[in-house]
Amino acid sequence: MDNVTLARATMGTSLAFHIVFAVLGVGLPLLMLVAEGLWLRTQDEVWLNLARRWSKAFGILFAVGAVSGTSLSFELGLLWPRFMAFSGAIFGLPFSAEGFAFFIEAIFLGLYLYGWDRLTPVVHWLTSIPIAVSGALSAVFVVMANAWMNSPSGFRLGSDGGLLDVDPLAAALNPSTPTEDPHMLVSAYVVTGSLVASVYAIGLLRRRDDPLHRRGLVLGMSMAAVAIVLAGITGDTSARFIYQAQPAKFASMEGIYHTVRGAPVHLGGIPVDSEQRVVGAIEIPNLLSLLAAFDPNAVVRGLDTFPPNDRPNTVLVHLSFDTMVGFGTLIGLTAALFWLLVIFRRRLPMWRPLLFLIVVTGPASVMAMEAGWFVTEFGRQPWIVYEVLRTSEAATNAPALGPTFLIFFAIYIGLAVTTARLLLLQAKRNRAAA
Amino acid sequence: MSEAEIVAAILWLALTAYAVLAGADFGGGVWDLLASGPHEAEQRRAVAEAMGPVWEANHVWLIFMIVGLFTGFPAAFGILSMALYLPFTIALVGIVFRGAAFAFRAHGREEVGAASAWGVAFGGASVIAPFFMATGAAAVASGSIRVSGGHLVSGFEAGWATPYGLLVGLFAVAMCAYIAATYLTVETEGTPLEGDFRRRAAVAGLVAGAAAITSLVLAPFAAPSLAHALFGRGLPLLVIALINGPIALVAVWRSRPRVARIAVAAQVIFVLWAWAVGQWPYLVPPDLTIADAAAPNATLTALLVVTGIGSLLLLPSLWFLFRVFKSRNPAAIY
Ligand code: HDD
Ligand code: HEM
Ligand code: HEM
Repeated sequence: MDNVTLARATMGTSLAFHIVFAVLGVGLPLLMLVAEGLWLRTQDEVWLNLARRWSKAFGILFAVGAVSGTSLSFELGLLWPRFMAFSGAIFGLPFSAEGFAFFIEAIFLGLYLYGWDRLTPVVHWLTSIPIAVSGALSAVFVVMANAWMNSPSGFRLGSDGGLLDVDPLAAALNPSTPTEDPHMLVSAYVVTGSLVASVYAIGLLRRRDDPLHRRGLVLGMSMAAVAIVLAGITGDTSARFIYQAQPAKFASMEGIYHTVRGAPVHLGGIPVDSEQRVVGAIEIPNLLSLLAAFDPNAVVRGLDTFPPNDRPNTVLVHLSFDTMVGFGTLIGLTAALFWLLVIFRRRLPMWRPLLFLIVVTGPASVMAMEAGWFVTEFGRQPWIVYEVLRTSEAATNAPALGPTFLIFFAIYIGLAVTTARLLLLQAKRNRAAA
Repeated sequence: MSEAEIVAAILWLALTAYAVLAGADFGGGVWDLLASGPHEAEQRRAVAEAMGPVWEANHVWLIFMIVGLFTGFPAAFGILSMALYLPFTIALVGIVFRGAAFAFRAHGREEVGAASAWGVAFGGASVIAPFFMATGAAAVASGSIRVSGGHLVSGFEAGWATPYGLLVGLFAVAMCAYIAATYLTVETEGTPLEGDFRRRAAVAGLVAGAAAITSLVLAPFAAPSLAHALFGRGLPLLVIALINGPIALVAVWRSRPRVARIAVAAQVIFVLWAWAVGQWPYLVPPDLTIADAAAPNATLTALLVVTGIGSLLLLPSLWFLFRVFKSRNPAAIY
């Protein structure tokens, strides 16, 4: 394989791995903050128990997030030296701000994890606030950098290819930032809430019906329910922005090969490039134009208006988009059903099919989030910086990219397996202690 | 000083903080690997207790340096990433293993056990990471990385895969072990472990000293640009380091842990700044100066503003962290 393919494979694998831990780094501190706060108010030990269990798991999750994030910071340069030499001065600012967010997060996490016996309960609880805030801020800052890759702004290119008029603030606040950032942030809460609810639903299915499991489920479902509504709204805003700003990505998301007035939505199906159509999809006429422009007869630009080497991989982008929206819908419906039953029956639903659905939403939320990133990243191709720098021009020419990829792939698998094993053993130990 | 020079100095400060703080965490891994004698288990526990609350914060200095480098000096970042692809990738594997292995053991102690394969991974990775980072530093300092017309022309092995690079790597690992053992004598003051770590500190200090003297003697032949830096503008700091080195060793040997801790940390600072001052104004000698590699002024200004605001939040937090966990022994700041 050539260096570009290997670099993309290594980068994509590392990001897809890191993001799972990163979203938990955004969401879990908020849940710990709430649980410990409820304990301080009610003095009910169950809340403290929840916070303590999550903090133990978080100790491992954060460290894996930190080391995989470190890989990414190195890989940006090791794999894409030309991209970084070109972009560093423009989009480095949010990364630098993120550096400080990491500092604050790591410092207060040290206090939180090791300070249970050394700090007073209130001070201990207070240390969770900077963790939750800086976790969210690191996500916001790093996605600003990614948004800049989608909507490069804050600079001009001179006739010799040099940079002119660099404005790092304008680059950080590029046109993609207002759509990408909120959507990513709420997705992090969707994933955390769904995974937590999923864990306690498993316990309840195994008939471990106690206050701890019930409250864990309620906290997780609360976070997931609020966040999934916001994910739908912000995702819709993103899609409308993409319709205008990145027409090739949009056409790939929807499998639109030919420019049409009154474009349909393709639900599912597989885009077949050779036939220039989506095979096996449910077609809903005019809906896409309506969604994208509030006009059932709006024009949607087709892939055939782009030179073949300026088109993203339509199959991947379309299937990823449908996966994200499909799982998002599943999560939304599950949360709606759960809360409707809670509100009308005035007690927690212990209906097994519903609990089973909640178990499924955990992994489904992770897949929705990964799929969303696939839409963003594969949909931007062949550009690493949209319409400015091609991915193929940005990779390193260093030797031994193949072994690097294999080594990191093996490391990530090892880390994932060990993390999972340790978390399961922790759960077992918790049960034995209870 | 120009804005670019201020940013370069700040990055060098971050490198210093990383060496003094995270260096000790790597050294802790070395002593975990080499734990022996009747107090073997206690030695491992002392390392884990000292590192636990602080290693993630210490680690962020590295991230700060990387993002600061690619924001402030993107051209240098691009060149260094290519020239040092191999040693940095190997160091990265070490960093990943070190962090993960430590966390797996610290937060899953009952589950994985102290002497498991993750323990070996923790110790081994703690050697690999500083070793290969230091070989990269040797490549920079020795002026082996050559740039022409913005392109790397010296290939992927230049400067680090040499006997001199290996010597500098050995020096770095010994130095990490030396700092760690010295700090640990303070952490364990008054316990039977103090003597264990004192002897370890002395041995590591002698190895580090021998490696340092050898590399100084060989520098004019193997790394002319480093020799030029150290015997040129870096000379005053080098002389101070040469005086301070024996003082530190004597303090270690005479059981003056708190003096020793300060003297050993100061030694790291003197060596790093003798190099920095010596090669000023070059970032990657002999072809890239600080000014050549610098980002446009708008970026540097923004970076300085972010750093200023960030430091206002960072420094008090850091002070609080160390106060809470390093005040068991009132004088212990590490
Ligand atoms: C739990 C996760 C999750 C869920 C339920 C959804 N999304 Fe999403 N989506 C993401 C998680 C995500 C993401 C992983 O967080 C992405 C990747 C980049 C980003 O900012 O968010 C993303 C990107 C992303 C993009 C590409 C943005 C870009 O390239 O700039 C679009 C158009 C949408 N989403 C649209 C939607 C719509 C219409 C949804 C309706 C239900 C939806 N998403 C649900
Ligand atoms: C964390 C969630 C993310 C995931 C899952 C993800 C996924 C991917 C994937 C799959 C690729 C390979 C693309 C291809 O081969 O076509 C890629 C490339 C890349 N991504 Fe992301 N990405 C994420 C976030 C980010 C962010 C926040 C940035 C940063 C600023 C970023 C920067 C890059 C770069 C530099 C490449 C390599 C060039 C390219 O192929 O476009 N990614 N990513
Ligand atoms: C190119 C993309 C990315 C890079 C270079 C990157 C870099 C890093 C680094 C260096 C760390 C370790 C910090 C430490 O030592 O404490 C980290 C952790 C983290 N990253 Fe990323 N990151 C990327 C993508 C993302 C994305 C897309 C998010 C969005 C949610 C994110 C959120 C976080 C969070 C919350 C942490 C804290 C660690 C944790 O809680 O697990 N990162 N990242």
